[in-house]
Amino acid sequence: MLSASEVYGVLNTVMDPEVPVISVVELGIVRDVAVEHDAVTITITPTYSGCPAMREIEADIRTALLEHGVRDVQVNLVLSPAWTTDWIGPDAREKLRAYGIAPPGRAEPQGLITLTRARVPVACPFCGSSDTRLQSEFGSTACKAIHVCNACRQPFDEFKAF
Amino acid sequence: MTESSFQVAAPRSTPVANPLFEYVLRMGDDRLVLGHRLSEWCGHGPILEEDIALSNIALDLIGHASSLLALAGEIEGQGRDADRLAYFRDAVAYRNALLVEIPNGDFAVTMVRQFLFDAYSVLLWDALSRCEHEGLAAIATKSLKEDKYHLRHSSEWVVRLGDGTAESHERAQHALDAVWRYTGELFDHDAVDDAVAADAFIAIDHDALHSLWLTMVTDVVRRATLTLPSDPAMRRGGRRGFHTESLGHMLATMQIVARSHPGASW
Repeated sequence: MLSASEVYGVLNTVMDPEVPVISVVELGIVRDVAVEHDAVTITITPTYSGCPAMREIEADIRTALLEHGVRDVQVNLVLSPAWTTDWIGPDAREKLRAYGIAPPGRAEPQGLITLTRARVPVACPFCGSSDTRLQSEFGSTACKAIHVCNACRQPFDEFKAF
Repeated sequence: MTESSFQVAAPRSTPVANPLFEYVLRMGDDRLVLGHRLSEWCGHGPILEEDIALSNIALDLIGHASSLLALAGEIEGQGRDADRLAYFRDAVAYRNALLVEIPNGDFAVTMVRQFLFDAYSVLLWDALSRCEHEGLAAIATKSLKEDKYHLRHSSEWVVRLGDGTAESHERAQHALDAVWRYTGELFDHDAVDDAVAADAFIAIDHDALHSLWLTMVTDVVRRATLTLPSDPAMRRGGRRGFHTESLGHMLATMQIVARSHPGASW
């Protein structure tokens, strides 16, 4: 039988299907691991409410644990506390950058927003320039925005602060 | 609300069997119907980025609807899950506001409708994130984060269209004039609101919400160089199942697969 830390070790090999360089643990969506006799209960939280990858992530977690001899895997979904990109650690941010995705800045405080707020430019993950422009806050997946680097002319994804 | 109306608002005394179910259903239906409307743009967006953005926003709204309808089903306690509620109710059983079911029209109608709804939704979530109902507060906190992105997007489009070319200005003004009459219903207060305030301590001050909303909307409309419609007549009925013809057509498309092949999975 696996210990809780061994379960975390297994989960660290389960990659985000849409950003396959960081694991579900590094993404911050694994909220709890409970081991009792032969049963393992994993509590995860969705990144975005409509994220279509959640079912696949749940299936991947189940498969990985079954492959490591766990017979009874339960995956629970919780909404609170709401997931934030602030839970992504420095190592995972560096992996994102190396993969060509600008890592998220600090998440906005909870509550309401100013609609006329000026945006902070996002540094290009390829050449490092801050001379970039936002193309769209909605990108290839719910968690990404599209930017273009004015210096190296490269379009790039940003893992948006959330 | 003091304005006159074409359809009478629900009398405050109308009793409802399960007010909390009804309350959550209304919110879920708003987001399911609007999410489906936005999904109709998929493959038809004016530019690729906008096609992607509208599909993203649709996905978020359907995600919110899924959480809300699941919660509604739990509250009801009759074994209906989110899919059952979404696919096996007819238009008369839907409780969405009329605003979200009106056809997409041109891009200006879609964006103005989206902005008016986003501004309402962000304020509602902010208030509900502090409510006493744990499940609803969790959905509110989560959805608020996503809706803020939607609001920024739709408000910027309203300004861009209104303060754009002569044609985009004209279309944006036309959209605002056409859609405005459906906004009053969002802030109606009836027996359901009274009951959830008394029983579940979910008390939203609709007048305060309306006044905050109007401040936000007025500011964006002014920056868009548009004129706020002065016609006070509001259309309502959706919250009680009296819908426009459009909802039935939309649901026919949305529900056909689930109803033709009950229990199918893929």
